[in-house]
Amino acid sequence: MHMADALLSPAVGGAMWAAAAGVMAYSARKVKRTFDDRRVPLMGVLGAFVFSAQMINFSIPGTGSSGHLGGGMILSILLGPSAAFVVMASVLAVQALLFADGGLLALGCNIFNLGFIPAFVAYPLVYRPLAGSAGYGTRRAIAAVLASVVALQLGAFCVVLETTLSGVSEIPFVAFLLLMQSIHLAIGLVEGVATAGVIGFIARARPELLSQDRARAAASRPILATLVVIAIVSGGALCWLASSRPDGLEWSIARATGKEEIAGARGSVHRWIEWAQKKVALLPGYGFRPEAGAAQSQDDDAARGGAVGVDPGTPVSGLVGGLVVLALAALIGWLLKPRRTAA
Amino acid sequence: MTPPGGTRMALGDYVEIGRMDELGRLDTPVHRLDARSKAIATVAFIVVVMSYHRYEISALLPLSLYPLVLITIGGLPPGYLFKKVIIAAPFALLVGVFNPLLDRQTQASIWGYSISGGWLSFGSIMIRFVLTVTAALALVGCTGIHRLCAGLERLGLPRVLAVQLLLLYRYIFVIAEDGLRMLRSVHMRSTGTRSPGLRTYASLIGHLLLRSLGRAHRIYQAMIARGFDGEIRVLRPGRWGWSEVVFTTGWLAFFAVARAWNLAEALGRLLTRT
Repeated sequence: MHMADALLSPAVGGAMWAAAAGVMAYSARKVKRTFDDRRVPLMGVLGAFVFSAQMINFSIPGTGSSGHLGGGMILSILLGPSAAFVVMASVLAVQALLFADGGLLALGCNIFNLGFIPAFVAYPLVYRPLAGSAGYGTRRAIAAVLASVVALQLGAFCVVLETTLSGVSEIPFVAFLLLMQSIHLAIGLVEGVATAGVIGFIARARPELLSQDRARAAASRPILATLVVIAIVSGGALCWLASSRPDGLEWSIARATGKEEIAGARGSVHRWIEWAQKKVALLPGYGFRPEAGAAQSQDDDAARGGAVGVDPGTPVSGLVGGLVVLALAALIGWLLKPRRTAA
Repeated sequence: MTPPGGTRMALGDYVEIGRMDELGRLDTPVHRLDARSKAIATVAFIVVVMSYHRYEISALLPLSLYPLVLITIGGLPPGYLFKKVIIAAPFALLVGVFNPLLDRQTQASIWGYSISGGWLSFGSIMIRFVLTVTAALALVGCTGIHRLCAGLERLGLPRVLAVQLLLLYRYIFVIAEDGLRMLRSVHMRSTGTRSPGLRTYASLIGHLLLRSLGRAHRIYQAMIARGFDGEIRVLRPGRWGWSEVVFTTGWLAFFAVARAWNLAEALGRLLTRT
């Protein structure tokens, strides 16, 4: 579920980087404040553990496929949200840098989707309340499975949202959403079962490792976290609605209320959003798909078409130039290549 | 979920990290540059590549100069990097491949053949993908994780994360070897080629976790014995000299020029006189 650089626009990538950096600053401070110097090597080794655990698969009965541990949930249970977030961020950074999984600009998205969501959303809001403070049992297993499913569903939703807002891909929002949510429902179940299995083993073998997790049951503050989640989800959904189907929204509100005034007020909000969107976009005309923008006014569309479309007169020269540039680049590369034999 | 055989794939991946580490320790002019200058130039490169509109193809091509220069001067094996790029391709490919089906509006025609917007944007996505991924790999290949972390820490990366990255990178090899040994013993004791069932898996991973925790404890004790006081001192190699200034400003200027003018098309116009 790693987001790729190629599908992102700089505005979305930059915004997600800012979000990830903000959470990172908070988590780094929290880890430092609640400092236990034993945790320094522990976090490093657990990051390496997540890496290694992802290499080992188990077979899923009845299917030809196999699954493995996700990492975010088990780290949250063992280390708590802040430290788990830092570890997940480091794992994702190494994956991006060494395996080309995701990309550098998409790293912000990936840290948010696979680090923030399991550690700060699914763990405190789903796992903690459900698991309770008692010892290990069926209840904890169910909590682990559900929390993993929720984490992956929200993560997949964020991937779809980030892709659609970037506007590089043509894939329609709803179709992409249905595809991603259903695939990640299966993956979430598998990861959840794996997490529950490993937690069950730890609870039998070394129950004291989970004592901190149980202690967190009393200290969790679900209300604040709930508000944050609602803000993120509704903000994302509203942004999408406002920008891609503005007239549909206006139309349905006008139909529902039967009042022109409200529709007029909406119009100004819409204009403001459009203005803000133009300001935020690094490039005017770059972004939403033409069909999504079809709801916008005609002259806007014309301007957009002029900005986005390739000038029909230039493709031949573009093609020739492109090929020559590639050849030149290859030549430069060949010329720059150190001559080992000569040296 | 990964298809059966994913384990072997992962084994290969693990060996590959070691290769990347070796490349980072080479000694070439770009390896000798301060990590910060390469990190800044690479991030600027990626932002510029992504800032083009979605039908752009020709203007992206001149930018391939940056990764090419890093790869050739840095002495990185191009075939090996290309293989890594291909392995990482499926997600961008899967999402991008819908573009030709969904956007059939003709956007350009070359010698009588009309090209739909979908194919243009699909091509653009794939070119962006190759450019950004190659640049990131080239950055690591000619810097190495250690120097990169130290450089990023000087650029404002939180210390907790810098130390975490260094420790994670230090122990990937150790823990992965533990995991691979356990996996090998499971394979030797089981008849089929399939991955273990859930019950075996849970105990396998659980044991790996316990071993890792035990190792973390031993590392901690070793650190205490050597005077660890809760603060890890990161060695900060490198200095910002003239070559760093020239490298960074030179590339930033090139990206700005390539972004402002379509160099490929200008050259094409010159050659075809249109």
